[in-house]
Amino acid sequence: MEVLERYESIVDDFEAFLAACERSLPSVVRVNTIKTSVDRATEALAAEGITAEPIDWHDGLLALPDGNPGSNWPYVQGWLHGQEEVSALPPLVLDPQPGERVWDAAAAPGSKTTQLAALMDDDGMVVATDNNLGRLSALRSNAERLGVTNLAVTNEDARNHSLKPFDGREYDRALVDVPCSCEGTIRKNPDALAEWTFEHVQGIAGVQKGILRRAIEATREGGTVVYSTCTFAPEENEAILDDAVEETDARLVDVDLPLDSRPGITEWEGDTFDPSVRKARRIYPHFNDTGGFFVAKLEVTA
Amino acid sequence: MTDQPSDSDDKLRNDDEQLRDNDGQRFGRLPATEGDREVAGRPSREAVLDFWTDRFGVPADTFADYTFWERGSGKIWAFRGELPSPVEIEALGMTFLRTRQEHWKPTLSAIQRFGDAASDNVIDLTREQAQTFLAGEDQELAWDGDWGYLIVTHELAGEREPLGVGLYVYDELRSQVPKGRRRDLRD
Repeated sequence: MEVLERYESIVDDFEAFLAACERSLPSVVRVNTIKTSVDRATEALAAEGITAEPIDWHDGLLALPDGNPGSNWPYVQGWLHGQEEVSALPPLVLDPQPGERVWDAAAAPGSKTTQLAALMDDDGMVVATDNNLGRLSALRSNAERLGVTNLAVTNEDARNHSLKPFDGREYDRALVDVPCSCEGTIRKNPDALAEWTFEHVQGIAGVQKGILRRAIEATREGGTVVYSTCTFAPEENEAILDDAVEETDARLVDVDLPLDSRPGITEWEGDTFDPSVRKARRIYPHFNDTGGFFVAKLEVTA
Repeated sequence: MTDQPSDSDDKLRNDDEQLRDNDGQRFGRLPATEGDREVAGRPSREAVLDFWTDRFGVPADTFADYTFWERGSGKIWAFRGELPSPVEIEALGMTFLRTRQEHWKPTLSAIQRFGDAASDNVIDLTREQAQTFLAGEDQELAWDGDWGYLIVTHELAGEREPLGVGLYVYDELRSQVPKGRRRDLRD
């Protein structure tokens, strides 16, 4: 937990923040609307005697306080997917439409990929990229179980993503939910901070910059790119956006979230960031009883 | 039907098949008809649609938005969209159908996604029978229809739901649920 002490100056009600980080999170499932409706999924869970509590800000999310979300009929039928509540946000912010071309730049294990496909009614195309074959195998198995058919999967470094297999056409939207130091997942994984080092944060920030730049480049003018992490570190959040605004043809736009959040910060340990990074949103565990998260929306301008 | 599909089928590949899949990564689009065929042994889109209609009564227009692709010998994928062929990527759409053996076999994923459009060779299981099937076990069951691959359904949340593929031979239903999809939900 001492890693989190570095955020005392930027987090309101810091003691409550630390206390929330100590509490575990309930299992949450997302209903897969490619295969069923929220009503049928709820009915099937009830028939098996499984308690499912609706999450108030999103009718497709159900908390399963008794856990074990993978051993029941609706799961077997691909009606449910275990997904941390707050991680359902970036696809909603990206708001992909049926028929569009969408890139999920760091896709495995596919929770958000399959959510994107569901938001598109499985119509159009989702290209899911990851550099890790093992994690791609998990993505593939999730996509099969959830019945996604508008998906193309590539195994490559997203920074060098090639549009060649896809006719060279640019995307309408891209989701850049990057690998990060995962500080915000501490409630799900108490060991999340055990391996934390500042060198890792700095190293991964370079990768994050590269992926976001490539996503902006591969998205058409007027298209949307969403950048998200599950970490609090400004080096992996506002600093990455600052680089994109400076170096690419994209600008930050407002994000309207159904959860209580705070604006991005413009100063951190002697660095200052472009004032527009305030349009990004920080989600802290103690405000909504969720994991920690960061999300920003960019419009591609050329 | 007496030939038995088995896990070892995938490991047996002859030279023709090597030609169809020389790097294991390439998806080739199925030709519209046999007359359009450029790759020996590759099934046509027409034959795939006929299979679903003839065997299961699934109307061809169910797949109007889909293109079909082969990667490896007789492994057919369904993709909702269009791309230039061939395409060398990790996955394209959903695994859909195995055509390597004399009797073609739909995947569990395809049955769960498209099986509700089926009218023929559909066997409805009780909850207990469905549990046995999902656990990967064979069971003796009465069935008046053809032997061969059947669409297995059960009732869930008040409706009939396609669950997977079974092989009906010699008065028993042999579960074809892949190992990774098996679950024991018996009490």
